[in-house]
Amino acid sequence: MKVIKIEKKEWTGGIDKSRGKYLLFGPVKESDSENEKSCVGNRSCPADSDRYIFKQLFADQFPEMGGVDTVLSPKSLIFPQTEKMLQTTLDTSVADHHIMKRVDTDYSPRAVIGIRPYDARALTLVNLNFDTEDYRDPYWCDAYEATTFIGLAVNNPSEFDFSTSMGSSPFGEEGLDVLLVDNGDEFIAKVITDKGQAFLDAAGFSKVADESAIKEIERLKAAAEKAITAKVGTGNLKRREILELHEAPFWNDIAFACINCGTCTFVCPTCWCFDIQDETKGKSSVRFRNWDSCMFPLFTLHGSGHNPRGEKVQRVRQRFMHKLKYFLDKYDQGTMCVGCGRCVQSCPVNIDIREVCNIMNSYEPER
Amino acid sequence: MQYHEQLRAREIEGGEMVNPYMPYPVRIDQIEIATEDKSLKTFRFVFLNKADEEKFAHKAGQFAELSIPGQGEIPIGIASSPTEKGFVKFTVFKTGVVTSYLHNMKVGDIMGIRGPLGNWYPWDKLEGKNVVIIGGGFAFTTLRASIVYMLDPANRSKFGNIDVIYGARSPGMLLYRDELYEWEKRDDINMHITVDSTSDPDWKYNVGFVPTVVGQKAPKADPDTFAIVCGPPIMIKFTQPALESLGYGQNQIIMSLENRMKCGIGMCGRCNIGKELVCKDGPVFTLEQLNRTPREY
Repeated sequence: MKVIKIEKKEWTGGIDKSRGKYLLFGPVKESDSENEKSCVGNRSCPADSDRYIFKQLFADQFPEMGGVDTVLSPKSLIFPQTEKMLQTTLDTSVADHHIMKRVDTDYSPRAVIGIRPYDARALTLVNLNFDTEDYRDPYWCDAYEATTFIGLAVNNPSEFDFSTSMGSSPFGEEGLDVLLVDNGDEFIAKVITDKGQAFLDAAGFSKVADESAIKEIERLKAAAEKAITAKVGTGNLKRREILELHEAPFWNDIAFACINCGTCTFVCPTCWCFDIQDETKGKSSVRFRNWDSCMFPLFTLHGSGHNPRGEKVQRVRQRFMHKLKYFLDKYDQGTMCVGCGRCVQSCPVNIDIREVCNIMNSYEPER
Repeated sequence: MQYHEQLRAREIEGGEMVNPYMPYPVRIDQIEIATEDKSLKTFRFVFLNKADEEKFAHKAGQFAELSIPGQGEIPIGIASSPTEKGFVKFTVFKTGVVTSYLHNMKVGDIMGIRGPLGNWYPWDKLEGKNVVIIGGGFAFTTLRASIVYMLDPANRSKFGNIDVIYGARSPGMLLYRDELYEWEKRDDINMHITVDSTSDPDWKYNVGFVPTVVGQKAPKADPDTFAIVCGPPIMIKFTQPALESLGYGQNQIIMSLENRMKCGIGMCGRCNIGKELVCKDGPVFTLEQLNRTPREY
């Protein structure tokens, strides 16, 4: 594998150079981002917030490479929270009225810089849902294919990180095109794909690193993995029957505190469920999709009023069963959790997927 | 798998990725009031582009998304048979935003249809077998498609005995009444029409709930007989034991499910029962399959 050395003093120059060929996205302080400017004066999102968020980087902006954790995963860069899909005019005097056409969206090459390995792996799991043998979701596929993922290894995992239990790791390479490792005055860049090489070429990063750099990566990797102390067991999930787990007695206890706020599903890098809605302004009509959540009763409400998951416990069970059992059985690619720890950190009532997973994994039904 | 090949072929079309969210444009060709309370109407659509009709080639049991720009989409079973050419038919109950809007639309209006979606009744497996169709209320649409398909002169010889048990609250609430009475006159299909109750002294058919009539009129099970059941949850709940006491095995009871849907192509995530998605892995399941999944429907 090719390994490149990037001195930090060359970093901003290279990033600027890459802007000629790529739209850039990366973590920035929430208060610096476009969106947040409009929130000034709103007490719930103070302008001096030190939360970080993945955003498009404009001319004078650079990705924060200090190893920050973002509240939301970068999934919205490929799968926006609101995305226009189709449009038409309802004006019957116009030809082609009421005939829907795909919305024109820019899919020119873009690079996400500073994405964490667990988040990159999460996108490969979501890709299993959107790029299938039967149907390809063109909005997801076009955005995913247009994107180059320049990852940043996690040197200092947070207390919430349990990625090593979930088939990911602080230095994992799955779903990445380049893995950057912060090594003091330099980044060491592992080139994983041709797409990654093309980005490094565009940025002009080309100094080949020597053997010692590769050894340094291994040392930092071992240290980071060792720093993760959470142990979550998944080994028994596969052989349990779906109905055994579904009918297990522990769901009421797990769901008891849940307030169905949906935060876990919004911060989750692998949650992909969405709703489709039409909106009309004047005579012009747009069909778009929004993130949706299995935590909400409306998600499954029938027109008749019947609701197969009308109770909170049914919805909480659905979320964990989907992530830790249904997905596992369906794709045989591990669980639909990458161990980023965001839901653990953000849950207002301290529901902890690590505990739930251990309960499910150690469950022995009475025979 | 045949299913995958069919979808792939449709998708690759001219080397371009086909957008599975894009409806085919259609024109409303005919609107009929289907029940006496006017809560159901049958809409006949023709494709604006003739080529789309061929792309839409469906099998009895599948559904489609009726797509009204500015309103939204609804998943509805296809009521016309693949043997009926030149149009597609859907019978729609007025209940929410999209269906209420649709009920007020006029012949000639332009809208969209996306599909066909989901799997179908297992026609390959049913060849050479006796088929018992059991339906209740307005869940008779894909069953109508199935009956028309089986009765088609090109297909009738492929199946053994055909029995139909269909019930509604009252005579005026039966769907496709003209066709039902025509089928009653034929000798190659055994019709058992029933209503919950009626004040019509001239009513010639059964009175009683569907599960009761199933117990009385459905043929006894044998390895070559399969039942297709479609109806409201309460009917399904009581029909199941009636069939079981006639000796039907779990793999001989074929059911079509409904769940709230949006995408119809297995992506938006809401219609799952366990790891199966009703929109893509269903809507047709055998009772044997359903008994292995959580009952979240």
